[in-house]
Amino acid sequence: MQGQIKEKAIALLRSGAADRVLGWKLGEFFYDLTPAVFRTPEEVERDFVFSVFSGPNLSKYLIEESKKEGRVAAFLKPCDSYSFVQLQKEHRIARENVYAVGVACDGMCDMKSIRAHGVKGVLSARQEGDKLLLETLYGPAEMDKRDALPERCLHCKSKKVVDFDEMMGENGTECPDCGRFDEVERLEALSAQERFDFWRGHFSRCIRCNACRNVCPACSCVKCVFDNPDSGVAQKAAASDFEENNFHIIRAYHVAGRCTDCGECSRVCPESIPLHLLNRKFIKDMNELYGAYQAGADFDSCPPIMDFRQDDAEPSVIYARGGDRA
Amino acid sequence: MKKLLKTDLDTLFQAIASRQTLYIPVEDAGKQAAFIPYAPGLVMSTALNTARSAKDLFFPQVESLVNFRMDGKHIEIVSAEAEAKPFVLFGVRACDARSFDILDRVFYDAEPQDTFYARRRDLGTVVTLACSAPEETCFCTAFGIDPAEPAGDVSVWESGDSCLFRANTEKGEALLRDLPLEDASDGAADAAKDAIRKITDLLPLKDLDLTPFGAGKTQTFFDDPAWASLSESCVGCGTCTFVCPTCQCFDIRDFDGGKEIRRYRCWDSCMYSDFTQMSAGQPRPTQKERFRQRFMHKLVYYPDMHEGLFSCVGCGRCLQKCPIHMNIVKVIRTLGEETK
Repeated sequence: MQGQIKEKAIALLRSGAADRVLGWKLGEFFYDLTPAVFRTPEEVERDFVFSVFSGPNLSKYLIEESKKEGRVAAFLKPCDSYSFVQLQKEHRIARENVYAVGVACDGMCDMKSIRAHGVKGVLSARQEGDKLLLETLYGPAEMDKRDALPERCLHCKSKKVVDFDEMMGENGTECPDCGRFDEVERLEALSAQERFDFWRGHFSRCIRCNACRNVCPACSCVKCVFDNPDSGVAQKAAASDFEENNFHIIRAYHVAGRCTDCGECSRVCPESIPLHLLNRKFIKDMNELYGAYQAGADFDSCPPIMDFRQDDAEPSVIYARGGDRA
Repeated sequence: MKKLLKTDLDTLFQAIASRQTLYIPVEDAGKQAAFIPYAPGLVMSTALNTARSAKDLFFPQVESLVNFRMDGKHIEIVSAEAEAKPFVLFGVRACDARSFDILDRVFYDAEPQDTFYARRRDLGTVVTLACSAPEETCFCTAFGIDPAEPAGDVSVWESGDSCLFRANTEKGEALLRDLPLEDASDGAADAAKDAIRKITDLLPLKDLDLTPFGAGKTQTFFDDPAWASLSESCVGCGTCTFVCPTCQCFDIRDFDGGKEIRRYRCWDSCMYSDFTQMSAGQPRPTQKERFRQRFMHKLVYYPDMHEGLFSCVGCGRCLQKCPIHMNIVKVIRTLGEETK
């Protein structure tokens, strides 16, 4: 796949079908690929890499890239494609300036998972079937590729690229049995105090680096309210526990109905806060209260929070009745 | 040199903690190491390094400077300085230990001295721990740091079933006195040091070439066109600056509760859009200029002001934590190549 994708990038630039290519650039190691824009076939030849470490979602970059002159080709994994569609629905991407190449995906490895597995000083990795063969500073190591996957891939909601001009590899399908709400259900079953303790235990580590917000394709405000000194709520650092909670809860509310569950927030959090669980709670609630909905899955459906009907469920009434959602 | 069986470490921790607050690296709810006050039952993490650096203990992310109590037109000024007590910081690695030297030059040795920082430095005893299992992202040796000879008030080596302790300062001597330690020969840690150096010789970044950088290189790099491509995919978050042991910029802000106002200082990040914003505008209008500021500060401006000392210690946190895997090593490689 790696070779074919690179050839495709070169062909698109040579033929003039694209003026620029958005992909992943070779790093210092085998795993630290950086999203990058390639302008010439030579640059692609030298630096373009697609591998099981091409995890970063490229779609948010298309907001700016599609405003520029000419056409940008982008390689989009299934997750990226949901964000791509959602951003189009929000009129943030100029679709005519994008040539979308869908890339089939079977899960993207993450060094956080590999290190959590106890492997240190990894120098190289090679996939052989379901195994990853690693060379490390401390000798060879071997692990199941599955153990190298982050949570978002272990509970992948869909292997389907939902919008593309061209598909590389066979397009996948949705994964309704992915179990992505299992952890949310576990939290729902806790007492209010236990849930509060769970989230305080995590939010207390937040360093307000804003990585979750800045990487999030749904967080596409030109100027975030938390960055605006005139807003009265700008926070460069969380001055209190309340502010730590406030930032994440407000953000989750703001992206509710628009979050595609791409999992970038949890991928980038330097403090390993399971931020995706907040968003999934909203997704689960909306599914249960207003009917199944997946942000970014199509161009026609109306997000439940933008759609008012007289027979809509009233969440507060339902919860007052003891949570019976019938 | 002193010696203790590893199985007796907990007894040692209890002995220290009975006299002063002891911080040790412990696995937190995110399964990463963090410096946490010791309490019986806590186990020291075996992680190479803490997710956040050890600078937090001397230069915390948020600290109150002063409080104001408003009553009509009357403003009462209330001191916010918390009572400070002696503490021990155990398990600092050689890279973070060097970062204290870098921060000291800015906050401690400078005039006027930063009293908040200086007080913590005076009260803190730093116990370092030699790195028995460096990661591929480690490059402290490029800055002349030897992970087998960590600085600090006391240095500790893991050797077989024992830990070896050496006091380096009077503060360190004072700490080790009266602790339940056995005597050991001066060369007892040599085997452990050799084993560490065998690994550091294999580190992929050990030959990182810093010679193109340093004092007086502002003109060489400031207008380099490579800043544009290096910063192109930077998402403008503050991760690299906040996990960095040497990033030292801060902002002073008010938390206005109406009647109670808290004036605090907090870490700032040159990656943020309002960094050093002035009434005349933003001196670094795009991410390119902000990105450039971070690396020029580490590799040129700081050396300019501090006898050529770089303000990076090669801990590798930014290599592991950047959301898009852009980092100081890539900057050094890219800009350094061009000067050849």
